[in-house]
Amino acid sequence: MQVAKHHENGVKVSQSTTEPAWVRYLLLVVALGFLSLFLLLPLAAVFVQALDKGWEAYLAALKEPDTLSAIWLTVITAACCVPVNLFFGIVAAWAIAKFSFPGKSLLITLIDLPFSVSPVVSGLIYVLIFGLQGWLGPWLQEHDIKIIFAVPGIVLATIFVTFPFVARELIPLMESQGRDEEEAALTLGASGLQTFFRVTFPNIKWGILYGVILCNARAMGEFGAVSVVSGHVRGSTNTIPLQVEILYNEYSYAAAFAVASLLALLALVTLVIKTVAQWKIQQTLSVAENER
Amino acid sequence: MSIEIEGLGKNFGTFTALSNVNLNVPSGELVALLGPSGSGKTTLLRIIAGLESPDSGRVLFNGEEATRRQVRDRQVGFVFQHYALFRHMTVFDNIAFGLTVKPKKMRPDKEQIRDKVHTLLKLIQLEQLADRYPGQLSGGQRQRVALARALAVEPQVLLLDEPFGALDAKVRLELRRWLRRLHDEIHVTSVFVTHDQEEALEVADRIVVMNKGSIEQQGTPSEVYDHPATPFVFDFLGNVNLFQGRVHKGTAQMCGMNLSSPEHAAANDAPAVGYVRSHDIAIERVATDAGAIEARVHYLLSVGPLVRVDLMLSNGDGTIEVNLPREEADRLRLLVGEKVFARPRKMRVFVDDYQI
Repeated sequence: MQVAKHHENGVKVSQSTTEPAWVRYLLLVVALGFLSLFLLLPLAAVFVQALDKGWEAYLAALKEPDTLSAIWLTVITAACCVPVNLFFGIVAAWAIAKFSFPGKSLLITLIDLPFSVSPVVSGLIYVLIFGLQGWLGPWLQEHDIKIIFAVPGIVLATIFVTFPFVARELIPLMESQGRDEEEAALTLGASGLQTFFRVTFPNIKWGILYGVILCNARAMGEFGAVSVVSGHVRGSTNTIPLQVEILYNEYSYAAAFAVASLLALLALVTLVIKTVAQWKIQQTLSVAENER
Repeated sequence: MSIEIEGLGKNFGTFTALSNVNLNVPSGELVALLGPSGSGKTTLLRIIAGLESPDSGRVLFNGEEATRRQVRDRQVGFVFQHYALFRHMTVFDNIAFGLTVKPKKMRPDKEQIRDKVHTLLKLIQLEQLADRYPGQLSGGQRQRVALARALAVEPQVLLLDEPFGALDAKVRLELRRWLRRLHDEIHVTSVFVTHDQEEALEVADRIVVMNKGSIEQQGTPSEVYDHPATPFVFDFLGNVNLFQGRVHKGTAQMCGMNLSSPEHAAANDAPAVGYVRSHDIAIERVATDAGAIEARVHYLLSVGPLVRVDLMLSNGDGTIEVNLPREEADRLRLLVGEKVFARPRKMRVFVDDYQI
């Protein structure tokens, strides 16, 4: 309520400082036009193509054993990556936001590294380390451990690529909230764990959710890094994005788009949760503002 | 519980926050740490609480070594400048927090917690707001909740970090009087940090004036105010005018005035600075002896019960500020531009070229 009121007042007061109406509409039309042309249209195309041959063909394409196996592998990969990155993300954000230590800015840079490196390179790093010609390759073969061209490689590559999401979401949030509440809890006799679960966690839970769903979306949709390490073994080391590519290359367009529509759906669901989480974060932050 | 601080030192990088600080806080006293920002007062308070660890020196509680004791084992209540209430908890849950995190064996049951919280809510006069969230309270109400939360665990020491710093003038005045009454009731050893000399003078049993990481002076409010030990303390507590001059065998010569300064009987023509509070200067129409200085009225301003008079010294040594009670000002009927004589009633002379 208050925000809306504020906004109205703001517009009234600042009439003389805003652009003329035609400029505002022009900008709006350009932005919306661009958005529909490059985002909404392809998204719609995916669903149209997927349902081209009717619902039955669509469901049949999804029930195909290789596809089912790809879906299953994708879910397993995400289920491994998200908890790991959730844990490391919280730990890293906690360390960076609440303590000062030498090498802090280096740590922040390192967390961003996976974003600045091409996913293909990320995949290659693992091939270089664990591959047959790599550093650990011979030793791994001796002990009969398969990492490259197997599920562990896919999980490792995905963890690397999705590492920054949770940490990057939490660092600014935790920094803006300061340390006062945690210190208050400590002086009141709470232990470290009690302080985390009863004071810190409730303040960052929406930020965590936000980071987790972004991390999950990327883990399920990652192509480049996974493509390098998976070896494309049908029904065994193919994730959904790889399966889409294979189907498409084999000219089974309807099937390819049917599988692709799963990823598109995931994106839409992610978007909705993301919006809700963002709104909640804004709310907790504005409460914090009020308290200052 | 008494607190003893021995030889405490703390650096943040190259900045010296505290150096060789020694302090005794007897049990049951309310002590103010007073100083400008950067004087180390908050750092000292946080070290007592255990939120910061010293580089050197010791902290003793009741004569027992407590320097390395964990925060949660120190039994201190800490009140933050920005309240630090748990924003996702109601007022009731905030106050109950310290009781609910106790280990199972020591934790009171639900009934006892409820009684305790309601007693505290009554003490801070906010019984009807138990179900509100911190965001729905005013600043003064939040700080009272923060105080109740700290008191709930029955701390041996209460530490307050600029507790009224974020509040507006009227609420501030009310709350500090309330804090004084509260202390008279519960007598818990308390240390509070402030940069507001008025607040320290009004509330504290004892004032510790800090500057640049060291203690300048400690004593009762009247000792500190009436007998400042150093130029810094004089300057920090209240408005002050400076006169440059020399002191020779118990007589200070400042800007053409001859004033007796018995504490410097041994001084031999040494450079000195005289400090006079702005309300310790009388304004006269005629000069009766050499104890007054000629000046011109430069500016007049009524501030509440006082009238502030700025005088331009006739010898060109700048201006001085005089605060007159309104009655006195009415009697004198001063006009801007008029020639008068200013007579310092009390001057404190420091031999030393101390610069502010």
